[in-house]
Amino acid sequence: MINFQYARADSVADAVRQIAAAPTAKFIAGGTNLIDLMKEGVERPARLIDITHLPLKDVTETAGGGLKIGALVPNSDLAYHPAVEKRYPLLASAILAGASQQLRNMASTGGNLLQRTRCVYFYDVATPCNKREPGAGCSAIDGVNRQHAILGHSAACIATHPSDMCVALAMLEAKVHVTGPSGERVIAFADFHRLPGDTPQRDTNLEPDEIIMAVELPAQGFAANYTYLKLRDRLSYAFALVSVAVGMELAGGVIRDARFALGGVAHKPWRDPQAEAVLQRQRPEEETFRRAADTLLRNARGFKHNAFKIELARRALVRALAQAARGTPQSQADKKIA
Amino acid sequence: MARTVRAVMEAEPTAPAPEKLTVTLVINGRETRLSVAPWTTLLDTLRDRLALTGTKKGCDHGQCGACTVLVDGRRINSCLTLAVMKDGAQVTTIEGLAKDGALHPLQQAFIDHDAFQCGYCTPGQICSAAGLIAEGKAKTVDEIRELMSGNICRCGAYVNIVAAIQQAMGKA
Amino acid sequence: MTRIGTPASRVDGRAKVTGAAKYAAEFEAENLAYGAVVSSRVAKGRVVGIDLRDALGVEGVIDVLTHENRPRMARSKKAYEDDIAPGGAPFRPLYDDKILYNAQPVALVLAEDWETARYAASLVRVDYEQEAHVTELESQRDEAFDAKNSPKPRGNAEKAFAAADVQHEAEYWLPIEHHNPMEMHAATVIYEGKGKLTIYDKTQGVQNSQAYVASVFRLKQDDVRVISQFVGGAFGSGLRPQYHLPLAVLGALALKRSVRLVLTRQQMFTFGYRPGTIQRVALGAKSGGTLDAIMHDALAMTSQYEDFTEHVTNWSGALYKCANARYGHKLARLDLATPIDMRAPGGATGVYALECAMDELAVALKLDPLELRLRCYSDRDQNEGIPFSSKKLRECYRQGADAFGWDKRNGAPRSMRDGSELVGWGMATGIWEAMQQKASARIVLTANGHAEVACAFTDIGPGTYTMMAQVAADRLGLPLENVTVKLGDSTLPQAPVEGGSWTAASAGNAIALACEGVRTQLVRFARKVANSPLADAKPDDAALVDGRIVSKQDSSCSVSIPDAMRAANKERIEQEATAESNDDGKHARYTHSAIFAEVKIDEELRIVRVTRIVNAVAAGRIINPKTARSQILGGVVFGLGMALHEETQVDHRLGRIVNHNLAEYHVPANADVHDIEVIFVDEPDEIINPLGVKGVGEIGVVGTAAAIANAIWHATGIRVRDLPVTVDKILG
Repeated sequence: MINFQYARADSVADAVRQIAAAPTAKFIAGGTNLIDLMKEGVERPARLIDITHLPLKDVTETAGGGLKIGALVPNSDLAYHPAVEKRYPLLASAILAGASQQLRNMASTGGNLLQRTRCVYFYDVATPCNKREPGAGCSAIDGVNRQHAILGHSAACIATHPSDMCVALAMLEAKVHVTGPSGERVIAFADFHRLPGDTPQRDTNLEPDEIIMAVELPAQGFAANYTYLKLRDRLSYAFALVSVAVGMELAGGVIRDARFALGGVAHKPWRDPQAEAVLQRQRPEEETFRRAADTLLRNARGFKHNAFKIELARRALVRALAQAARGTPQSQADKKIA
Repeated sequence: MARTVRAVMEAEPTAPAPEKLTVTLVINGRETRLSVAPWTTLLDTLRDRLALTGTKKGCDHGQCGACTVLVDGRRINSCLTLAVMKDGAQVTTIEGLAKDGALHPLQQAFIDHDAFQCGYCTPGQICSAAGLIAEGKAKTVDEIRELMSGNICRCGAYVNIVAAIQQAMGKA
Repeated sequence: MTRIGTPASRVDGRAKVTGAAKYAAEFEAENLAYGAVVSSRVAKGRVVGIDLRDALGVEGVIDVLTHENRPRMARSKKAYEDDIAPGGAPFRPLYDDKILYNAQPVALVLAEDWETARYAASLVRVDYEQEAHVTELESQRDEAFDAKNSPKPRGNAEKAFAAADVQHEAEYWLPIEHHNPMEMHAATVIYEGKGKLTIYDKTQGVQNSQAYVASVFRLKQDDVRVISQFVGGAFGSGLRPQYHLPLAVLGALALKRSVRLVLTRQQMFTFGYRPGTIQRVALGAKSGGTLDAIMHDALAMTSQYEDFTEHVTNWSGALYKCANARYGHKLARLDLATPIDMRAPGGATGVYALECAMDELAVALKLDPLELRLRCYSDRDQNEGIPFSSKKLRECYRQGADAFGWDKRNGAPRSMRDGSELVGWGMATGIWEAMQQKASARIVLTANGHAEVACAFTDIGPGTYTMMAQVAADRLGLPLENVTVKLGDSTLPQAPVEGGSWTAASAGNAIALACEGVRTQLVRFARKVANSPLADAKPDDAALVDGRIVSKQDSSCSVSIPDAMRAANKERIEQEATAESNDDGKHARYTHSAIFAEVKIDEELRIVRVTRIVNAVAAGRIINPKTARSQILGGVVFGLGMALHEETQVDHRLGRIVNHNLAEYHVPANADVHDIEVIFVDEPDEIINPLGVKGVGEIGVVGTAAAIANAIWHATGIRVRDLPVTVDKILG
């Protein structure tokens, strides 16, 4: 960890002012990922701006019937928030599938969106990595790549986004409220994270001098028919090989609306409208789910150690859709797959 | 031939030491004022500055839970927490659980069920379990296992750890 | 009174649950300096330049040591050999410019605090001249050479295999595994002045560390005191002095200050490990289910500088009757650190392959796998042609199978279900050596009926404190709380490293012997008491019971210990004794176990849950059933990790371990572990040692991975022969 300066922000405006004045500064909230990366020498901010005292800790109702979650609401508080448990159980489930309770107690809503990849090369400064050092090369493409992407990767980077919560937010079509020197703006969740392309160093479309204020959930929470199914190498406290968030609306034995997002397979939570379209106005049957999965994975491409993820994602999606349709969401405590 | 390029030791440092900040932590009920550098974690503050070595460093990256303490009643990984960010916080470590020499029910339960071997993860397990009980979310044995999974025990005492927690929850 | 054989809570339990127990990095010293190690970024070659200017420019940095500027270390490679060193020339940290493996130490930063040291370490710039490296075991099949002391063959295995009714032959692969004890390797070196050092070291052998430091730094043995009273796990990683120790000493000698050095979790992957192996097992059997031929060959990795060897291939000789057997063990040199023993070294490895092969043979023979083991059961160790000191393995099979409900197993794969889950039941045998090493113990009994028992062994977690107290309390007839234990200090009576499951037998028998000496003295003193009821007693006529010296013929004749000591005008009795193995080569000495495992696997998604394990163990006399059960539980969890999770991943292009952390190197978490039942089978053993003790530290892991892998086959019909069994291998 390099020697950095520490400052507190008293208000959002102060935070924005401070970050604009110090381009090598970073905000710190929960710190669960940033401190980790600073100890590895991957992140080297000259200054940390502590935003934990900003008034961004409330969960409030929106006019549209949704919820607005302050950027500093801890992950665990959000998962156990009565309104989230009742109206967005998928979000609660996805949060509880990630990390450990200690980390969830620390990690913030905004920080979760800004988690960086777990690619082992990104983490090891002794190895080349385009995300860490643009132009250095990608060690993972021909290296150890079991954890890596099968969708949306580029010749420059095959890293995956590690968040579980973001997979749920992508499915729910949340909006991210941010503010910066040029004012506030709202970013659709699908546009928040980026694919690696030839600029893998940029994970998101948040500008370096912007700050996340809140995440807004629309009214539709799919509380009746949903699931978060996470598959990993041990039964808890591990990053996803593949995870699936599903929300479904059924009417008269037919799928009126269905959405899904996948984690562990791409540089961002993966949505595919074309694959979702396969489900619309269909009966919730396995055959239909299979077709949706085939569509989803039509362009999937694996590497030496992760090609299995294509088949695993196919099966996971089929099962997750079935869980949602049946109204038997995956428990995050009982590890038997529902 | 290898050559080591060395600076003259007496020269002015090119990288000055970090400026220390004063923080007040209420540790196990005792108000403690100290000046710490921004880069010092709560874990290193406890261990290296305050000789509260009951809190353990097992990975220093939030991957094992050995450093678990309660901050304002919530269990967290002290290795990923900067001390300067916790000014005014109430910190409870393993040293603060026993009251007047009487073991906390979790501590007694860990002894009763032999819920440890080497003992290194144990303070973190116990603090984590204290947090778990306070949260009140774990009702079933599956829920205990899941919500205690942030504490790795390489000696493999999990069966006994779960039994000890059940005893402390009054379910034994 | 807590006798041998009754469950006792750990005597050090309170220290561990209150945080009072202190580990190597937790001792304070005045003017303490902190170290941080700079690790190599290449796998092979040499250091051609080190630029320390930026690091030394950091305020608070005291010095940076490299091979060029460090204090003197011994030149002779021999000086670096410790008790556990295999053949070859040990790694000498910061000795010269050579890079022998990736992430080896190349510099040591010393600073006023840890954060400064860590920061400055990131500023040390090292230039290397790289050479081609090789880290992949399989690529070295043809270059491998025969390990020394390969077990001797019997009969003609090739011929018998060729002629067998049924043959099974396959290769089984195990990856590198790392011990990853929760406590990272560390040392606090207290610079006492006048050439004296007190070292708090994370080690399994304080006297091993002491001798090493004295030898490497040319110090007098008595000037080096090594203390390790609590060890946060080791599992073998602390058997040899790891590089944190000489580097911390180097720092202290260079600065003439006390130094603390703690490795990072990443650096915990930069020394010993369980070597990756490729094993070939060939079994030939008669159609009736008896073995005709066993051929077991192992290809294992070692470093470029030492020949690490373990017993991998000959376990079948003690388990299964078979007239023809041949064993082979080859080593391949890789540009990695030397492996080191890891919990049940060789046994966990070899028995995994053997017991999976036996399962496959049972399938080929259409026999229940347990039935096959019983038909092949051997009452003699055929490797040596001798009987066992005891072998209650049949009882393990019987009691384990009963507790598990094995008789309800349908042998066909994919035949058992629980809703959407496939259910698999698998079993395996476990075996480990029952060893005893020479060790000494000292008892000091004071007139108030309090005893102190001392021995230099460390307690890495098994419960050595409690075991030592229990043996002494039992033999001295005292309550457990009247016995205090001193261990983990090089000044105490001689002990080897704690390992090999030999601590209970080695320390226990030494303590028992010392207690006999105490009793002899006490009987002599008791005779001096006025009108002594023991006036004519000879030492063997009396026992120590409830704080009294009691006649064996007439228990109403007794003298209290304080009275006896007063009569002799003694305040204390001090007795030291040394015990060593009575092994005369006439009996084979092993612990045994039978492991039964249940897995449940979602038919589509193939995520494995290990829902139930029964492990029935025959390990002679169990001193403390409470802590011994924990040992077996821990061994089973270790085996579960081996079966499903653990794999050190090496990027062979870089020759570098890449998953060097606990987020990507998975060990079992709480959620992975469900019901585990431990059974200790009654196994009296009059031969093995006076206490009849065999040790339980390792037997729990042996066979567990095979039982789980066999259960996974039973559930899915898919035979995975390379661990860990991750989801990708059983997707089907």
